[in-house]
Amino acid sequence: MAERKIRVLIAKPGLDGHDRGAKVIATALRNAGFEVIYTGLRQTPEMIAEAALQEDVQVIGISILSGAHMALVPRVIDLVRANGQKDVSIFVGGIIPEEDIPLLLEKGVRAVYGPGTPTTKVVEDLHREFAMA
Amino acid sequence: MMTAAESILAGDRLALSRLLTQVENGTKDGEAELDLLFKNTGHAHLVGVTGAPGTGKSSLVNQIALEARRPNNGASRSVAIVAIDPSSPFTGGAILGDRVRMRDLAGDPGVFIRSMASRGALGGLAAATAGVVQVLDAAGYDLILVETVGAGQSEVDIARLAHTTIVVENPGMGDDIQAIKAGILEIADILVINKADRPGVENTERALRVNLELGYSPQGRDHEFLEDGHELDGLPEAVHAGGVWVPPVLKTIATQPCGIPELLKAVWQHRDYLVKTGLLVKRDRERLEHDFAVTLQGRLKDNWQDRTDPAVLKEVLEELFLRQISPRQAVDRLI
Repeated sequence: MAERKIRVLIAKPGLDGHDRGAKVIATALRNAGFEVIYTGLRQTPEMIAEAALQEDVQVIGISILSGAHMALVPRVIDLVRANGQKDVSIFVGGIIPEEDIPLLLEKGVRAVYGPGTPTTKVVEDLHREFAMA
Repeated sequence: MMTAAESILAGDRLALSRLLTQVENGTKDGEAELDLLFKNTGHAHLVGVTGAPGTGKSSLVNQIALEARRPNNGASRSVAIVAIDPSSPFTGGAILGDRVRMRDLAGDPGVFIRSMASRGALGGLAAATAGVVQVLDAAGYDLILVETVGAGQSEVDIARLAHTTIVVENPGMGDDIQAIKAGILEIADILVINKADRPGVENTERALRVNLELGYSPQGRDHEFLEDGHELDGLPEAVHAGGVWVPPVLKTIATQPCGIPELLKAVWQHRDYLVKTGLLVKRDRERLEHDFAVTLQGRLKDNWQDRTDPAVLKEVLEELFLRQISPRQAVDRLI
């Protein structure tokens, strides 16, 4: 009866109202057998960290199109780590300028997925990370 | 070094969250911690919220929690929410989206929301929901709201778990015949017509009330127990006829919100009724006996499996497949 599922929080911070990308990735992850917690639009970093804590997720996927990623993403990471969730893996999807990617990776983001990334790539990376079939 | 159980009793939310995962995954560690916490359970009031998909269960749960957190309604109570969504039967994955409707509760340290996937369980709950609720109960939450999978006519497990079951309907749903079918309406302690600003609300209300009058039989499950006569002082007569609880039909508009204080009041009235009649204790014992029976069944099966030679099992099953013996004879042969 013991069953281990990877739980993923898909978060949509910032003020832009477009969550199609977030929903596409949420659906792709569900279809790959993940349990995806989706929290809706306009989440503050505090709300994202709180949801990650209560839901005990192993992964947070942050979808950002607004350009505010350099402010929002490090804030989420700091809050999540401060809550004691040291091992939570964080990826970012959306429109991120090339030059910002190394900075985000340095902050502790595992991967940044730009527009046009096939959803299978995100799924494969997670499978590899968690050593699933 | 504190055990997880000690940390949880001290208010550590990360420890709580991690134990919920362990319990959900059915790990040995999780079971051991739950054993330690068990003596701290039995204080929370457990409310089930069920109804068809799209009736507004999540929005209602959000509003009930907000209302319960308001200090001007007597003591403000801490609230835990367990929201269950279905797992895909094909991939085992799930999208748990109930938090979308509960964003008003963000940032309140007196509220803890946990999403659960049903993981193949039928009946509207997940197999581990009872354990998850026990952990939250032990952690000291006063009010635990359990939102079921969008349910139809047979997802009635919630009535066994919860003290108070709220069934959510919408205007225009079903007809008179739907309303008198057995099943989900029968488990309601409180009936809510949500989205009550929509047309058809009067018809739905009438159908539900007629159903209650028809279905209001002295053969109810607690009849013999209630015959003894109990002191029901302080409870309005409308809520009980001859000692039997009559489910109120309430109208709400969760998105406005409208009708929520009345709904929460009905919940506490129902608890009051359960306490005064002694039904709270009776149902608690029934629930624990059920948990015991389910656990015993699982354990006996596991023990049997450990002691049974797979080769012999295969042989016997082969005879069964050829219809040389019946399933009952197969079991007799192996036990």
